Amino acid sequence: MSFTRLRALALYKELHRLGRDYPDPSYDFHGKLRRLYEKNRNLTDPVEIENALKLGEYIKNETLALYSLRKYRHLKRMYPGSTFDPLS
Amino acid sequence: MRPSPARLLNILVPVKRAVDYAVKIRVNAQQTGVDLNVKHSMNPFDEIAVEEAVRLRERFKDEIKTIKAITIGPSKSAETLRTALAMGADSAIHVEIPENAPAPEPLGVAKTLRAIIEKQKDSGGIDIVILGKQSIDDDLGQTGQMLAGLMGWSQATYASKVDLDIPKREATVVREIDGGSEEIRCKLPLVVTTDLRLNEPRYASLPNIMKAKKKPFEKLKPEDLGVDLTPQMETVKVTEPLKRVGGVKVANVDELVAKLKEAGFTAVKN
Repeated sequence: MSFTRLRALALYKELHRLGRDYPDPSYDFHGKLRRLYEKNRNLTDPVEIENALKLGEYIKNETLALYSLRKYRHLKRMYPGSTFDPLS
Repeated sequence: MRPSPARLLNILVPVKRAVDYAVKIRVNAQQTGVDLNVKHSMNPFDEIAVEEAVRLRERFKDEIKTIKAITIGPSKSAETLRTALAMGADSAIHVEIPENAPAPEPLGVAKTLRAIIEKQKDSGGIDIVILGKQSIDDDLGQTGQMLAGLMGWSQATYASKVDLDIPKREATVVREIDGGSEEIRCKLPLVVTTDLRLNEPRYASLPNIMKAKKKPFEKLKPEDLGVDLTPQMETVKVTEPLKRVGGVKVANVDELVAKLKEAGFTAVKN
């Protein structure tokens, strides 16, 4: 197995696991993930493959940011005044 | 003469399994507590504590010898410990209590932690305890302070920044206080409780979750430590807050005045 193939598989696993925690149940995270992967299954150009992997990593980072921001906001709303915010 | 080797630091991170922050909690039918058949996860403030321990290790590398995670709870709490291990802790201790036992109180937890710390004495001792300022299920926020009191250690509560000076064995901690922050310097050993702004906890990656399965995992019973976790308080009844009653529309001012009089309001007398 080539290195890019392993990388793509590892990324898929990570994204799939992230998708399980997606807050909106009506958002078809896993379906979208699979369709995107299937759309790109026949890519051969290394540059295109690299771009597709970059997009996947970007989506992963954005999803992680979404989760942590959601948690942070929730806690901040639950415990007002527990943190000092110079802007408020 | 050879210089004596610097004492390496050991960190203990107590964590708690709590109802997930995103779950809408409901009172159970017997009115003894909330419905616990919902998603659970690590208490978010404890996540911040684990993250801080791991970041200290990343900053000071080998000077932090071990990061030990500990939890007290039923068998399902083991998964919370696995999360802590996946985030970067080295080993875990699970003090197991029966499935239907009542949740231990802060004093019981603090005494258990003291027993654990005493037990660790011969394997290097514990220098820093980092724990969440409170758990999001019972919101008591006392364990850290009680532990510091029992041990006679320095305490730095509501930390928003932690810095260590390992050769001097001191820590500088910025604390959240009303309307600002306070910077304190304290001697090790130290108890730190984390506040929200301390850091952003990481999401354990898949390879790290796999590696966590191989890390040392110790199971203990409260009796082994000689502690009694029976709560001193008795929960009489838990009820939901009253439902908010909807308002009514009035057609004109007279009707409004009539309604107000009905509700007991009177005009201001000049």
